[in-house]
Amino acid sequence: MEIQVLGPGCPKCHQTLKVVQEALAQAGVVAEVEKVTDFQAIASLGVFATPGVVMDGRVVCSGRVPTHAEVLGWLGK
Amino acid sequence: MKPLQPLQSPGPRQTLQPLGPLGFFPGAPAAAPAREALGGKVSWGRPLLLVPILVLWVLVYGQLEDFSRVLAFQVLGLEPGSHLGQAVQFFAYDTPKVLLLLALVVFGVGVLRSFFTPARTRRILAGKRESVGNVLAALLGIVTPFCSCSAVPLFIGFVTAGVPLGVTFSFLISAPMVNEIAVVLLYGLLGWKVAAIYMGTGLLVAMGAGWVIGRMGMEEHIEDWVRHIRAGADDCSEGALDLAARVQFGLDAVRDILRRVWKWVVLGIAVGAAIHGYVPEGFMADVMGKGAWWSVPVAVLVGIPMYSNAAGIVPVVHALLEKGAALGTVLAFMMSVIALSLPEAIILRKVLKPRLIVTFFSVVGAGIVLVGYLFNLLF
Repeated sequence: MEIQVLGPGCPKCHQTLKVVQEALAQAGVVAEVEKVTDFQAIASLGVFATPGVVMDGRVVCSGRVPTHAEVLGWLGK
Repeated sequence: MKPLQPLQSPGPRQTLQPLGPLGFFPGAPAAAPAREALGGKVSWGRPLLLVPILVLWVLVYGQLEDFSRVLAFQVLGLEPGSHLGQAVQFFAYDTPKVLLLLALVVFGVGVLRSFFTPARTRRILAGKRESVGNVLAALLGIVTPFCSCSAVPLFIGFVTAGVPLGVTFSFLISAPMVNEIAVVLLYGLLGWKVAAIYMGTGLLVAMGAGWVIGRMGMEEHIEDWVRHIRAGADDCSEGALDLAARVQFGLDAVRDILRRVWKWVVLGIAVGAAIHGYVPEGFMADVMGKGAWWSVPVAVLVGIPMYSNAAGIVPVVHALLEKGAALGTVLAFMMSVIALSLPEAIILRKVLKPRLIVTFFSVVGAGIVLVGYLFNLLF
């Protein structure tokens, strides 16, 4: 699985990354997590409100920090 | 846009968002899963819990003044007329008052904000005519969740969705400047009149400056790559949030914002308290009083490179006013500090060519100076 966390580097974006990583660890899912900070790259993914989370090319969340439970839900756990 | 369909979780699109852990205290375990929300069942437990909390809030709020007097003059035994006594009482009264107000309003605005996602705001604004759009954008700026680092992605989203440039700017000016934190702090420290004036004129500046920028037809000064981006997919669907989820949204906002700003509030009030107790009345009258005509533009120019959030600046504003600075000058200073900043210019440079940035800062700066003079004339 490929996960991208989108955000220029504000506290909310860092928090999103942390939530995603913790959820991955708990779910025991191995995934490649990439942090995308470039505005152009973020925009071309179709995300206009940061932070955003993209899983395997699909935007699952944007504009807010997801919760632990939400991320687990996206992972199918 | 097909490839970027938001992921729907198994059930129909009811409660997708178990919005966060239970409790809203910083120590609450982040891993506590909100199971009841996952099932899509409306849970009334938490919304109902708000009633006793609200009653408690009102009771505590009403006692604050007495409490601060008892603490300063009886428990600590300070002299009521002394500098230290005044400063301590001021601090003991204002800190809990502002924090309580902040919690209440941030909660209310948080619930309101669960209705206005950035995606929805964008849909509302797309295709609106300029004048109507400017007004609407400035108003939506208050209620749309916004963090300063979201400015650029949001700018791109608005422009590619066909929101006119001037309308986009109205939103970008109003969103950080007219926010609940600024208004609550102004209300708590300076009364409802100043809070209303700030909110009203902030909206006017946002509408006016956005309209002027729109008139100037500067679309070609947006960086080229932005214009080549295809219109984006919608954000993940929020589905229909139920009441419990919206309440949770509000509680999350309270936790998030209080955790971020409480130290600024305390620090600001401490500075304010020191000035309240020790700096003589009329101290600022010469420099920032009505008599000094040049003080408004200077206040704006000094404010531009500075960056502070509302929480940090309002107590300072309070102290300046109390010592004889003119209302218009101080409001202009505050708006300039919050709305225009060097870091913002640097971030915006990624999507705007220099001429548009300079225009943006000049138009907004000029609007703020006008507001400053207006209020110095009126009051």
